[in-house]
Order: sequence, then structure tokens, then C-alpha cells
Amino acid sequence: MENLIALLIGAPLLGAAVLLCGGRRLDRAGHWLGTLLAAVSFVIGLALFADMLGKAADDRAMHQHLFSWIPVEGFQADIAFQLDQLSMTFVLLITGVGTLIHVYSIGYMEHDERRRRFFGYLNLFVAAMLLLVLADNYLLLYFGWEGVGLASYLLIGFWQHKPSAATAAKKAFLVNRVGDIGLSIAIMLMFTTFGTFAFGPVLESAGETGEGTLTAIGLMLLLAACGKSAQVPLQSWLGDAMEGPTPVSALIHAATMVTAGVYLIVRSADIFNAAPDAQLVVTIVGAVTLLFGAIVGCAKDDIKKALAGSTMSQIGYMILAAGLGPIGYVFAIMHLVTHGFFKAGLFLGAGSVMHGMNDEVDMRKYGGLRKYMPVTFATFGLGYLAIIGFPGLSGFFSKDKIIEAAFAKGGTEGWILGAVTLLGAAITAYYMTRVMLMTFFGEKRWQPDEHGHEPHPHESPKSMTVPMILLAFGSVFAGGIFGIGDRFVNWLKPVTDYEHGHPPISAMAVTSATVAVMVIGVGLAYLQYGRRPVPVVAPRGSLLTRAARRDLLQDDFNHAVFVTGGTHLTRSLVYVDHSLVDGVVNGTAAGVGGLSGRLRKLQNGHVRSYAVSMFGGTAVLIAATLLMRAV
Amino acid sequence: MSFPLLTATAAVPAVGAILTAAVPAARRTAAKWLALLVSLVTLVLAGIVFARFEPGGDRYQLTESHSWIKDFGVRYELGVDGIGVALIALTALLIPFVILAGWHDADPLETQSKRWRPTQGFFALILMVEAMVILSFEATDVFLFYILFEAMLIPMYFLIGGFGDRAHSGTDENAAAQRSYAAVKFLLYNLVGGLIMLAAVIGLYVVAGNFSLTEIAEARANGSLEMASSTEKWLFLGFFFAFAVKAPLWPLHTWLPNAMGEATAPVAVLITAVVDKVGTFAMLRFCLGLFPEASKWATPAIVVLALISIVYGALVAVGQRDIKRLVAYASISHFGFIILGIFAMTSQGQSGATLYMVNHGISTAALMLVAGFLISRRGSRLIADYGGVQKVAPVLAGTFLIGGLATLSLPGLAPFVSEFLVLVGTFARYPVAGIVATTGIVLAALYVLVLYQRTMTGPVKEEVRSMPDLRPRELAVVTPLIALLLFLGVFPKPLTDVVNPAVRHTMSDVQRTDPQPEVPVQTVEAAK
Repeated sequence: MENLIALLIGAPLLGAAVLLCGGRRLDRAGHWLGTLLAAVSFVIGLALFADMLGKAADDRAMHQHLFSWIPVEGFQADIAFQLDQLSMTFVLLITGVGTLIHVYSIGYMEHDERRRRFFGYLNLFVAAMLLLVLADNYLLLYFGWEGVGLASYLLIGFWQHKPSAATAAKKAFLVNRVGDIGLSIAIMLMFTTFGTFAFGPVLESAGETGEGTLTAIGLMLLLAACGKSAQVPLQSWLGDAMEGPTPVSALIHAATMVTAGVYLIVRSADIFNAAPDAQLVVTIVGAVTLLFGAIVGCAKDDIKKALAGSTMSQIGYMILAAGLGPIGYVFAIMHLVTHGFFKAGLFLGAGSVMHGMNDEVDMRKYGGLRKYMPVTFATFGLGYLAIIGFPGLSGFFSKDKIIEAAFAKGGTEGWILGAVTLLGAAITAYYMTRVMLMTFFGEKRWQPDEHGHEPHPHESPKSMTVPMILLAFGSVFAGGIFGIGDRFVNWLKPVTDYEHGHPPISAMAVTSATVAVMVIGVGLAYLQYGRRPVPVVAPRGSLLTRAARRDLLQDDFNHAVFVTGGTHLTRSLVYVDHSLVDGVVNGTAAGVGGLSGRLRKLQNGHVRSYAVSMFGGTAVLIAATLLMRAV
Repeated sequence: MSFPLLTATAAVPAVGAILTAAVPAARRTAAKWLALLVSLVTLVLAGIVFARFEPGGDRYQLTESHSWIKDFGVRYELGVDGIGVALIALTALLIPFVILAGWHDADPLETQSKRWRPTQGFFALILMVEAMVILSFEATDVFLFYILFEAMLIPMYFLIGGFGDRAHSGTDENAAAQRSYAAVKFLLYNLVGGLIMLAAVIGLYVVAGNFSLTEIAEARANGSLEMASSTEKWLFLGFFFAFAVKAPLWPLHTWLPNAMGEATAPVAVLITAVVDKVGTFAMLRFCLGLFPEASKWATPAIVVLALISIVYGALVAVGQRDIKRLVAYASISHFGFIILGIFAMTSQGQSGATLYMVNHGISTAALMLVAGFLISRRGSRLIADYGGVQKVAPVLAGTFLIGGLATLSLPGLAPFVSEFLVLVGTFARYPVAGIVATTGIVLAALYVLVLYQRTMTGPVKEEVRSMPDLRPRELAVVTPLIALLLFLGVFPKPLTDVVNPAVRHTMSDVQRTDPQPEVPVQTVEAAK
């Protein structure tokens, strides 16, 4: 069975190669081929999953060694895969949600002349993401890590003729590269500490080295995770990434790629377990991002950007959980999976709304759409109930467990983290209710555009609604299936380890509080957006609202420091290089060989004569050496 | 006596150059085909060298030795180690693409006389450079190497000064002046370096009594040739200076942007991907091989200069307005990585540096040649004159992007392997230097993606609206290079197999061992 692992990656990789190199001949069938190969990967994943379920819990990991990648003295990097329960979870999420989004894109991208290329990029993404979660060493993981970054770059900038899309793509790649410095240094530290960077040996012997080294490795891995998973301070790219086509936002910037940071931390559990300082920083980053994303999500009028803020915030929950250690790892991954379902569903719903509204993204120009798009309304609604943690739906089970675990960390930290997660839950309920009300309820607020075209909202085609319905099923039932009877805990326990956390207050009290803050959040949003009509032009808003609309001014900070500062730096260096370095070197040489005089002559137009004399010199030199033989 | 394979590999392009130059004026197309054929035959010979080389065998293989200047003990002595083999393969591989890419670069203008034969000259000079570069990778006699090191300046000078990029912003006269300036600057910098090296070569002779690399190295290793510490340092500096000009290392780099900017794109590739590699190659072979103690003595300073090259080259690249100058500064940054890897003196650093030489050659060729195709279409080197090319010429834009991604060392493409090896090899010995060098990761992404965004994306500029996509000849240049980047990115084993033994020899030359891991995993496993 383990020989099938490479095929998981091979199928979508083949699709990418064929679609991107195939040329126009494939325009008519390309999207079917791309979808088929994603589905093939999903089926292989299911087969491997069935095989895995048939084995004992401790004996489920499979390995496949393909070949030695970089065989250099003292350095061993292999193209080799490891499929254990953690990787399996991701494989099913990536290929399952991935296939649905391929299907959805058939309809969504129908009128795009570059649809074949789009499917090629989507297949490339699936292959790279699978490589990321299947690698058995950190360097190969890095390969997949950058591969998904490339796919993300290509897809955010898919509509390259829009300068905003091209800029957003570049920004995403650059910010991620800052994170990659972290991953590079972490791998180099592993190499100098353990002499290898394969998961098995590094994680087994993590305890043998000093805490200082492990803390350094942990913090560097966290930096990498911050880049890929859009956590503070490297979160600024995610909002802009919404420039990409909506299926991309659903697959890459909600369900899968942005959760890679969580995977990285959970995968490196043994390192973090032995480095409590690094863990504390992880929880702080998670907590800060959780609130940051939620606040930004409250202020955005662009439906996709509101959802992007929400994604940031929900991944904050996961990162926080991953920072809690063995009491949190399992729940970080569980929330990751349920979030994958409901957030992908929400994004696809948003795409369906945009599809029917002439690509309008401003929620202030929506309103009352439930009558026009009943299926979209129903599936979006279920996703909404799931994300706010409505009892019984997916998000309820996974988020509640994280809040419990946060309290269970103990001490003041536990109380603070618990309070933050509760506050986050309230804000989540608030901003999601706001999205729901502004989009589907109230009076219609759209108007003809400048060309006089009035949008005619309509339900989307089957190829789009069927994936939405399936994801809605996941949003409703996944949490229950995972949570009841601790199925998910038992599934992942052999890989990530699990300790039952004991919160200082009873689990029942935590759950009640979670439900209570959710009701408060919903109620507040209802008072503000349900009881009163929504103005078409956004009111000026408080200082916080205005800051939140600008992503809490972090972009302004980045711009002032890195963009403006960097531009001045490079400009002055160009000047220095031209006038100073060149001048000094030429000047120094002048002292030795009269170079500058000759160069000056050169500028006076005596180039030829000078060149001839130089050649004369060289020729004489060579002739002399040759003549020596004759003598 | 066996067939002199190494001599043949250099002699074929040399003879080919003469034949190409002799083709009559009217038959210029025949001259092009002849040059291409010669370069392909050379490639086959280089392939045979690669195949005949036994990684487990002697340090120098396929050796040839003939007396040349008896009075001074100068010999015509050839031999290759794994590093030489890899670089010969790179050179022989790139030249056919350089020729094919420059197919029309030297066609005479209508205003020129019918008897004028620039085409023949252009291709003959390229083949001449190839011959000299290959022979310099083979020479194991210091004096022979020196002659070649200097002699290759002559054809290069004519290639830069005589066949400039036809895309320029000023008047023809102005462009001619800039071109001459670039060519003479190239020549002066390298000649000054060469003269200092000549003094060192003579000094070495005075101390050692002969010029044979193998004999001197052996005498040094077994103690029969003592060298005063100060002598060794001076000789080292003399050699290193010449190589640092050619490589080029900050602050001796300023000739490169001029030369690469003014030359045609294929010649720019010849400079940075082929000729400059002689500099880094010679650092490994001569500096480390002949003067190990002085090399170690100078390492701190060289590491700092290499780091400056990496960061400074990348930052200045970001600020460029001219596409070709941007690629030139990117190369300066990359040469910083190569030199860093050499002087980190770890197995990973040295293997990485050698692979870096090969991979940088291929990736820069891909990026620069596509840039050349782009520039020839629009007649401008300025980034600001482009925009939205992706929409009208998607294949050109796609291949340009892949060349760019290789330049920023994306995993999956060959340069990642070498860059990571250099980083990890440096980090193992000098952690701070390793960390500083990683900033190159971000800066490379910045200059590449900014270049791509400004030229290829956005609304289509009026001037590029009718730009044709890549032609079959151009595709024939780019496709194999990209295939090679992908292949060596995933499976570099054929290269590492020949390079590893050479690295082991160099490591024993400088008598350094790799830093050992803090908690070697093997011992942990053994303890269980």
C-alpha cells in the first residue's frame, strides 16, 4: 500500500504538467482533466485511509523512500514520504475539499479564457500541499512549503492585468519569504544540532539537547508558521490575497495552505514540548492574532475581506491550541478540519453571491439576497451557524474544546488565554452575524453600475451549488462525528500525544459561557444591522473602526518602514555604487597604474587608441612567453 | 599514448573558431551553422569527459603532460578533477544555447558594407572563449593557467566592445561610447588583476622552482617545500585579487554591470555564466590548494566581503531601472554565495559552491536569454518601457518567470539545492554569517518579483501590444535550460557524485574537518 503514497502527489502533478505545457488544444477538456486527477488523488487517499483503519493504532504510519535527493558528504536529504494519522487527516482534507473546489471552479471560471491554466495552477497547488504534509523530513517539507507559496502567488495574481492582483501576489510571496528565513534557520539549527533534519531522528532525540537550542528552533519554526498562516506580525498579506478568484480563497487561503503553520507546529510537537518558552510565545501569537483578525473582520465591508479576517482569527485559535502542548494539539487539528469545511463553504457561498451580483464584493450593496439565492443562503447559513459555534454543529465541538484547553493551561496564563478565546468567540458571532445580515437579510441595496447594468441576482449552476451543499454537510456533522466518543482524539493520539486538560472551572461552565458569549455577539450584531437599515455608504465610524478598516494600520507601518525606507536605501546604494565604489576603486588604481587618467582619456574619445595600446601590451606578453620556448 | 581527450575538447572549438572566421562574407548563415555544429561536437566531447571520469579514481584524471618551456619548467599539463569536469560540462552545455540565442545579434546592418563580416567574427570569438575557458579548467600548470586566464580577455573585449546590444536609449554614437567604456573597463580591471597575479606566479616559481600544481601541492603536503608564512600570504593575496576581480567580489565588481548591460544578452551570459566561473574555480583550485594556511588566515575578511556582496548586490539590484543591469547585480549577489561557500571550508559549503557555479550558470542563462528576447522585441532595456507582456506573450512571460524563480532559488529548481548547501555549510562554521546570508532569500524574491510585476503584469502597454510570443528557435534555447533546472533541482546526484570526491580532496588540502553535530543522532541510536 505504501507505494501508493507517491501517486497521491503524482496524479495532480501530472495534471499540472499536462495543463500548463499542453497548450490551447486542451482548452476544452482541461478543466475536466484537472478535476479528474484531483479526484483520483482523493480516491487513493480513501484507499490508504481504509488500509490504515485496518491496522493497530500504533502501527499505522507508512513510509515510502523514493531516492536520495541531495547526497553530499555529511548531509542526507531524501525524497521520502511518511503517511501517519496526522498526514492522513490532511490528505483527506486537501484532496476532498480540493476536489469539490475543482468542481465548483468549472462553473465559476466558465467564462474565463484562461480556465485551463487556472486548473493547472490548482493541480500544482494540490500536489505541493500534499508534498508538504507527506514529506518525512524538514527539507522536503520546505520544498512543499515553497511550492504552495508559488501556487498561491500564481493564483492570487491570476488576473494579472489588474495591478492590484499583481501587487497582492507579490506581497504574499515576499511576506512568506520572511517566514521562510525562519524555516531555513530552523533546518540549519537542526542540522548542526542533530546532524540530520529527518522527522524521525530529530523528534526522537529532541530531548537530548539543551532547552536553549530547542527554544531557538521552536521560535524559528513559529516565524515560518506566522508567514504561511498569516499570524501577527506577518499577517498583512492575507487580506490582499482576496484579489485571487474566490475558489482560490476557499481552498488555499481558508481551508488548506494557511493552516500549514499549524501543521508545522503540531508536527514538531516534541521540539515544542521541550521548549516551554517557545510554547508560550506560540500561544501569545495565537491569542493576539485571534483578536486582531476578529476586530478586522468586524470592520470590513468587502465580504471576502471580512471572511479573510475571520480566517486569520480562526487560525489564531489553532495556533493558540498548538501552543498549549499535548492538551491542545489534537484540538488544533480538529478545529483545522472543521474550519476547513465551514470556511471553504462560506467562501464558496461568497463566490456564489458575487457570481450572481456582477462580481460586487461590497456587502453594503447586497441585502435581502436570501430570496434570490435560496441554496446559497441555506448552505452559507449552515456554515455561519458552524463558525459561531452553534451547539451541535461542527464549530461548536472544536472551538469549545480549544477554549477548555486554554483555561486548562493553568495559572494566570490559563485565565488570560481562556478569556481571550471567549472574547474571540463573542466577536466571531458578532462579525459573522453582521456578514449574514448585510448579505442575505434586509432590503435590497444594489443599484445599476456606471454602465447602467443592474445586477440580476440568481442562483448559481449545479456545479457550484453541489460542492456548497456537500461542504455544508461537513459543517453540520463533522464536529459531532469527530467529537462524540473522542473519536478524533483516539485517532491522532498515537502521533501527537494527548493529555486530558483540567480547566479550573468545570467543562460545563466553559461550554455555557461559550454559548452565552455567542448569544451576546449575535444579539449585538442584530441590534446594529438587523433592527436598523444598513447604510449604503459606510459611516465614518469610531477611531477603532477606521483603524480596523485599514487592517489596524499595520500596512501603513509596513509601508512607512519597509517600502519607503527600503526604497530610500536601495536608491542611495545605487548612487553609492555608481559614484563612490566605482570611483574609489578606479581612483585607487590610478595611483598604481594611472588608470583614471586613461579612463578620462577614454571619455575624451581616445578609446580606440587606448584599446590598441592595451592589446599591444598583452600581445607582446604572450609573444614573449611563446618565444621563450624557441630560445 | 592514449587519445588526448582533454586537449581535443579545447582544440575542437579553437579550430572551429578559425574555420568560422574564414567563412566568406556572403555565406554568413553557413558560419552560424558551422559554429553551432562545432559547439555541439564540443558538447559531445565534454559528455565523454564526464562519462570517462571515475568519481572513485585519482584526484586528477585523463591527464596529459608535455614539456613546453624547459628553462622555466613550464609544462603543458592537463588533468581534471570533479569540479573541473562539472564546469567543463557547464561551459560546453551553455555555448550552443549562447550561439542559438545570438543567431541574429551580429547580422550586419543594411548600412554596412557587404564585405564586412561581423557575423563570422562574433561566432568565432564565442568559440575562442569557449576553448580558452575549457582549457583553463583543465590546466594543472600554474603558468599555463595564467596565460589562458589573461588570453581570454582578448576575445571577450571584442565581444563586449564590438557587438553591443542594439537596444539602447541614446544616440548610436553615445551607445558606442558607453560600449567602449564598458569594454575597456572590463579589460582594465581584469588586466590589473592579472598583472598582480603574474607577480604572484613568478613569486611562486621563485619559491617552488616549478609551475606544476600537482607537484607543488604534493611537496607542500609532505613537507619538502617549506614556505614562510608571510610569503604564503603575499602569494595568496596576489592570486586571490585576480580571481576576486573576475568572480567578481565587492568592491571590485563595478565592471560587471557595465559589461553585462552593454553587451548583447548572449555575451552577457558568456561573461557571468562561463568566464566569471574561472575566477571562483581558481579560488578553489589555486588559493585553497596551494596556500591553505593563508586561505584560513584570510577567511574572516573574505567571508565579510562575500556577505557584503550578497546583501549589497541584491539591494542595488532592487534599485535598477535596466533589466540587464539588474541581472548583473543579482549575479554579484550570487557570486557572494559561491565565495562564501568556498571559504566556509565545510563539505556542504564547498559542494554547494561548486553546484552553485553550475546552477547559477544555467539559471542566469535562462533568465538573461529570455530577457534578451524580450529586449530585442521592444528595443529597450528599461523596465519602465514594459508592462502587461504576459497578456500578449504568455510563453515568453512564463519562461521569464521560471528563470526568475530559479534566480530566487525556489525549491524544485536547481539553484535551491546549491544555495541551501552553501547556507547550511556556512551556518555550521559561522552561524552569524549563515543568518546574514539568509536575508538574501528575501531580497532575491524582491528584485525578481518586482521585475516580473513591472514588465509582465498590469495593463498592456501600447508599445508591447503587437509583441510576438517566443519563436521556435527561442523555444529551443529556453526549453532545455528549464528542463535542466527542474532535473537538477530534484535529482542533482549525477553532479554531486563527481563533485563529492573533489571536495574531500580540497578539505584535506586545507586540513579542516566538518563541525560535528551537538547531539549526533547515530550515537543516540547506538545508546538505545
